Amino acid sequence: MRWVNRRIGRGNSILLGALPILLLALVYLVAAAGRHAANPSDKILPLPSGMAEAMAALLFQPDPLSGTLIFWADTFASLQRLGLGLGVSTLSALLVGLLLGVLPPVRATFGPLVTGIAVIPPIALLPILFIAFGLGETSKVMLIFIGIAPFMIRDVAAHITALPREQIAKAQTLGASSWQLMLRVALPQAMPRLIQAVRLSLGPAWVFLISAEAIASDIGLGYRIFLVRRYLSMDIILPYVAWIALLAIVIDLMLSWTSRRLFPWAHGANH
Amino acid sequence: MSALLSLNNIWVEYGDKVVLERVSLEIAAGSFVSIIGPSGAGKSSLLRIILGQETPTRGSILLDGIPLKPECGPDRGVVFQRYSVFPHLSVLGNTLFGLECAQAPFTARLFGARRRAAMQEAENMLAAVGLGDSLHLYPAQMSGGMQQRLAIAQALIKRPRILLLDEPFGALDPGIKADMHALITRLWTDYALTVVMVTHDIREAFTLGTRVLTLDKRRHDPHAPHRFGATAVYDLPLTKRISPPKEKDKSITLDDICNN
Repeated sequence: MRWVNRRIGRGNSILLGALPILLLALVYLVAAAGRHAANPSDKILPLPSGMAEAMAALLFQPDPLSGTLIFWADTFASLQRLGLGLGVSTLSALLVGLLLGVLPPVRATFGPLVTGIAVIPPIALLPILFIAFGLGETSKVMLIFIGIAPFMIRDVAAHITALPREQIAKAQTLGASSWQLMLRVALPQAMPRLIQAVRLSLGPAWVFLISAEAIASDIGLGYRIFLVRRYLSMDIILPYVAWIALLAIVIDLMLSWTSRRLFPWAHGANH
Repeated sequence: MSALLSLNNIWVEYGDKVVLERVSLEIAAGSFVSIIGPSGAGKSSLLRIILGQETPTRGSILLDGIPLKPECGPDRGVVFQRYSVFPHLSVLGNTLFGLECAQAPFTARLFGARRRAAMQEAENMLAAVGLGDSLHLYPAQMSGGMQQRLAIAQALIKRPRILLLDEPFGALDPGIKADMHALITRLWTDYALTVVMVTHDIREAFTLGTRVLTLDKRRHDPHAPHRFGATAVYDLPLTKRISPPKEKDKSITLDDICNN
């Protein structure tokens, strides 16, 4: 049988998917054990026991200086920034994307501006954001916003522009005004695409969050990673990176589930 | 019979390509006009002009003696070959949309007693096209024939002065096509519709129409084929109306409401 025709069942697909991850973990463990056999105080490839020990302190013991549980405080601070940045971006993508997509005069006026902003590397704007908004939370949220909003706006606008012309004509023969067309035809059909755009923007949003936290912050997952790097604390960095990956996966699954739940018509015929 | 729609010396040009030239037509109320012609003869262009989706380069169109605005409006209903229904609305939602737009300018949604009244009207309309049992399906769950039935119901609930059909049955298989012909003939009589239908099926044009228009180029320049446009070369009034299709005894459809 040709490889392109091989169908993998559900159980086998979980098994196959787990295989490379387990293999990678095994390779790491063997390498770490090897290094520790040669040098018991090796810091580059910590053993799981070492990671658990280091993380336990951050997870369960209040920081003597601030009195907070550092790991949870970091997580909360980062998620708050990420949530704010994603929220503001999503809202403006919906609003601006809708206007750009439905109304040709608005598209002609603001389309080039959005495109222009979209091609600027956001990190290049970080100094401006620090100068304009200070080193506090605003500049970090703004970096995420400037980083992902233009892409999302363009994606939503392009999706609406690509709605079949027949559909737009049909809506008008049914008496729809520009406003009604926007509200009842374009908006609902933009929603699944918007969620898709948020999912695609999650990766860049994390990049901008970690960058902003690495450069100027006193709390957050990215801040902690860059802080403990000075002490070669791989036993903290690795669990933190794994935690970030886990958070990203959970958010992505939640968005995907929401889209299926709220917009079944956008996800194939069998709903 | 008075002319409901009159086209006076319509020209359509894209750059130096002439698509339609000197098209002058009078369409009487209550007629069923079929438009046929070879590919690229401007059949769909003519329909889009009547619809208001396109503006003619020259000439004027009058509906009831009043010049048409160059945009689509609720006085002209349309059914396209595809993409006529909204994928995000159920069958009932699709049909309600026209009523909601008219009665709720700001929210485009109805509530309470007005919604119930509108739903009743929509359900009656859907029953008339044979979708009475499929109110809560989404278009993606329906066959092509059912989607076209929905598109017709959606258009007719606005009681348009003129119904435009752009190859509405072109993508359907022959059995379902026959059912749809029966349906559109019945609706045409029941609702006293004026219909303009573009088709590439000559049999369909003559079966359904009371008048058949053929668009083609009168003149042809072999060195510049785009320099001359098409116009109505034949205009055949069909005096002999075929008897309305008798109740079908044997049908391909599985149930008596034609849920194909």
